Amino acid sequence: MVLASMTSSNAVVLAGAVFLASAVEMVEALTIVVAVGHTEGWRAALRGLAVGLVTLAVLVAAVGPALAHFPLVALRLVVGSVLFIFGLQWLRKAILRASGLQAKRDEDAVYRQTVASLETDAETHQRARVAFVLSFKGVFLEGLEVVIIVLTLGSSAGRLGLAVLAAIAALVVVGLAGVIVARQLSNVPENLMKMVVGVLLVSYGTFFTGEGLKVRWPGGDVALVVVAGAYGIVACLTVIGLRSSAGRHPEGATSP
Amino acid sequence: MRAAGSWTLRLLRGFGRFWWDFLVGDTPEIFLAALVVLGAVALISLEGHWNAAAVVALPLLAMATLGLSVRRARRPGRR
Repeated sequence: MVLASMTSSNAVVLAGAVFLASAVEMVEALTIVVAVGHTEGWRAALRGLAVGLVTLAVLVAAVGPALAHFPLVALRLVVGSVLFIFGLQWLRKAILRASGLQAKRDEDAVYRQTVASLETDAETHQRARVAFVLSFKGVFLEGLEVVIIVLTLGSSAGRLGLAVLAAIAALVVVGLAGVIVARQLSNVPENLMKMVVGVLLVSYGTFFTGEGLKVRWPGGDVALVVVAGAYGIVACLTVIGLRSSAGRHPEGATSP
Repeated sequence: MRAAGSWTLRLLRGFGRFWWDFLVGDTPEIFLAALVVLGAVALISLEGHWNAAAVVALPLLAMATLGLSVRRARRPGRR
């Protein structure tokens, strides 16, 4: 009974981590697609989106099953190390933004930048091509990070199907939000999501790397929750410390 | 034939650049510190067989890495 509830709570944490991480990346991709759609027409934007999604789906279909044949200990070491580094980078950025040391990502600014880059290409034929490439690149590059998170977290936890479902759920939610709010993507609390995802990625990275290095975590999977709590507390304390120190020595935030 | 070769080269370069940006990017200190942390924990766990020390060291060293990188980012001209 206890084991069953522990397993289901770990599944929820895994699905939540994949959902949030995917949503953050998808919001970034959506900003570019919406900007292209509003400026150059939806045909080029949606073509770029479709080709980007198909390319990513092919990538998941090709790499996903191959990971199942990889020895689990080695897989966890490699995947854990990648998540460990990637998670620390996310958490660092979220801490710097939350403490005001770095300007928060402004989706409105990204939107304006994309529109401006399209407007500089005067010829219609050239603009349609640039619009398609911009949309494709936005979806593919942001999507590639989603693919890595889905494949690494899903395969290491032995729940690739659940991770894929969580990413699809994020795609549906962000897609619907995109249709409804269109240009108001700056209202999404992206930094808070980034902070939570950063904590979860570092926690999974720590946990899997430890298992890859034959570390026996006390309490098994429960250690993951304890580690995540510790990272969360440290991140919050760091933000508080940086904010109070910035209050004593005021200094403007730089752009990302 | 030559076109196919240059396409493969471009693809490989792009693949390499993606992973470089993904893992190193503008925070090489995190990448380097992570390698040191993983090496240290590997020694503690695989060679020393000190499980309790490895359990404590891994998250603590990760927190230290984070603190170091944030501290580095606070320096003028960084971020």
